[in-house]
Amino acid sequence: MTLGPGTRTFLVFAALVVLGALVFPSSFFYRVGTLVWINTLAVTGMVVLLGYVGLVSLGHAGFFAIGAYATALLPQYGVPSGLAMLAGAAGAALLAALIGRPILKLSGYYLAIATLGLGMLIWMVLSKEAWLTGGPDGMTVTGFSARNLLKSVGITLKTAEAWYWLCGAVATLGAVLAVNLGQSSAGRAFRAIHDSDVAAASLGVDVARAKSAAFVISAVYAAVAGALLALANGYITPDAGGFMHSVELVTMAVLGGAASVYGALVGALILTALPQVLTVFAEYEHMVLGAIMVGTMIAMRRGLVPALAGLLARRRAARRAGRLARRVS
Amino acid sequence: MSLLEVSGLGISFGGLRAVDGVGFTARPGEVTSIIGPNGAGKTTLFNLVSGVYIADAGAVRIAGREVTGLPPHRLARAGMARTFQNLRVFPQMTALENVMTGCHMAERAGLLAGLFGLPGSRAETARSREAAAAALTRTGLGALAGREAAALSYGQLKRLEIARALVTGCSILLLDEPAAGCNAVETREIDDLIHAIAGEGRTVVLIEHDMRLVMRISARILVLDQGRRIAEGAPEEIRENPRVIEAYLGAHGAAEARAAHA
Repeated sequence: MTLGPGTRTFLVFAALVVLGALVFPSSFFYRVGTLVWINTLAVTGMVVLLGYVGLVSLGHAGFFAIGAYATALLPQYGVPSGLAMLAGAAGAALLAALIGRPILKLSGYYLAIATLGLGMLIWMVLSKEAWLTGGPDGMTVTGFSARNLLKSVGITLKTAEAWYWLCGAVATLGAVLAVNLGQSSAGRAFRAIHDSDVAAASLGVDVARAKSAAFVISAVYAAVAGALLALANGYITPDAGGFMHSVELVTMAVLGGAASVYGALVGALILTALPQVLTVFAEYEHMVLGAIMVGTMIAMRRGLVPALAGLLARRRAARRAGRLARRVS
Repeated sequence: MSLLEVSGLGISFGGLRAVDGVGFTARPGEVTSIIGPNGAGKTTLFNLVSGVYIADAGAVRIAGREVTGLPPHRLARAGMARTFQNLRVFPQMTALENVMTGCHMAERAGLLAGLFGLPGSRAETARSREAAAAALTRTGLGALAGREAAALSYGQLKRLEIARALVTGCSILLLDEPAAGCNAVETREIDDLIHAIAGEGRTVVLIEHDMRLVMRISARILVLDQGRRIAEGAPEEIRENPRVIEAYLGAHGAAEARAAHA
């Protein structure tokens, strides 16, 4: 029996979540693991936007921050955290829909600059409106505990473990949805636009609408990831919406391979976990990271996952050809 | 009764009048061909008719309804499909997925149904897959369904574009040099295919340089030179038309051709 792509993604992601829990020796590892899953979720949104449709956004940290700050702020006015998270996602979706139409007419680096401006704007508001957001110092986030949530369904875990499982589950769900989307009518239209928007339009695809839809979907991914980070960390600063974070999200997607959710996971894993490992090398940390990125882009332009998958496929084909040759001779 | 009516269409690029007051009509079940020397404005005319360029003069009607200036995706919904001279396939998709994209207009499931992989969306994808596989078989690409489009040959990609246009269920099909880069056998296959497509009652408009192919399958031929219409008529009329011969061979060459004939 062959498994559908959605099912396969679910099994791979779920297995990795479980594997992490089996090998992690301490709460520190669980915290890093949680970050990996949160970043994977945000980068999965980039897979939809950048990998499927081929649009570059340098402002997605802005949507990430909207999700994070909605989850931080609304509970102070008596809104439950779950609802606040949804409100953040809805707010990000609304902003993406409003701003998407005019700026998605742009392409290539014009679009990159326009989204960069959008991200900067959001970051500026969060930094300057100190009465609301606490300014550059950030704010604490209270009102929700993953540990209590899991306890209410009869599972007792340490706080760090509870967040790991919760974020792993949401990232798995996000990956499955993105893979489903890629196999659907809308997904085929997205990937068609990536390769030729003129041809896509000639087949009846409303290109402007499709781009806008992908922008909204990726904004929701970023907002949910932001909300999870705010809750898991218990505090949030405007840097979550900063330019560097936007660049990180794009870099993770491109490093792993923007066209697949597995690429999102690998990119997020490397750029989240590696700095933790490299702290041993202290001042060389950024040099090593930079070298890895430059090397990947030179040797494997499509990203790590597609390059390795291609290598495997070629070796398998070579082995098959070898067997065939032996049988013939 | 003609399904596609084009009248007085024109566009300028900078100071150049690329297409100037060109009109033609095309009828269901027939192949209408557009020929002319390189740079005559044939592909530009296609781009105007299919909405890729916006004409600054003239009108396009489908079944009597004015569709001038509609964006390409709306024209597609009005029943127009096309192929491209400089191939516009989706190289990162498989051949099958390329053609499945042509089923987009028949697919009704929304974004959320796609995200959650609801049964309706899956069933629809399965239907599109079947329709696409049938179109691939018809264009002789059945064995290559799972192959990435980037790995296909030029002639195969030309046919892939035809398959992709066919599954849209178009009533009007614009083919831009479908036989370019094809060998004699492949050209013969394309010939049969175009014949069969017109035989289904579709309106086919063809740009092609292979004169034998054009003369064999066209009901009517429109000849362009330097953006203008210089002749229109049945193949035998066009073959004898001195202005056409002149446009292709130059005044001097035309005189030589006449001398050689005599």
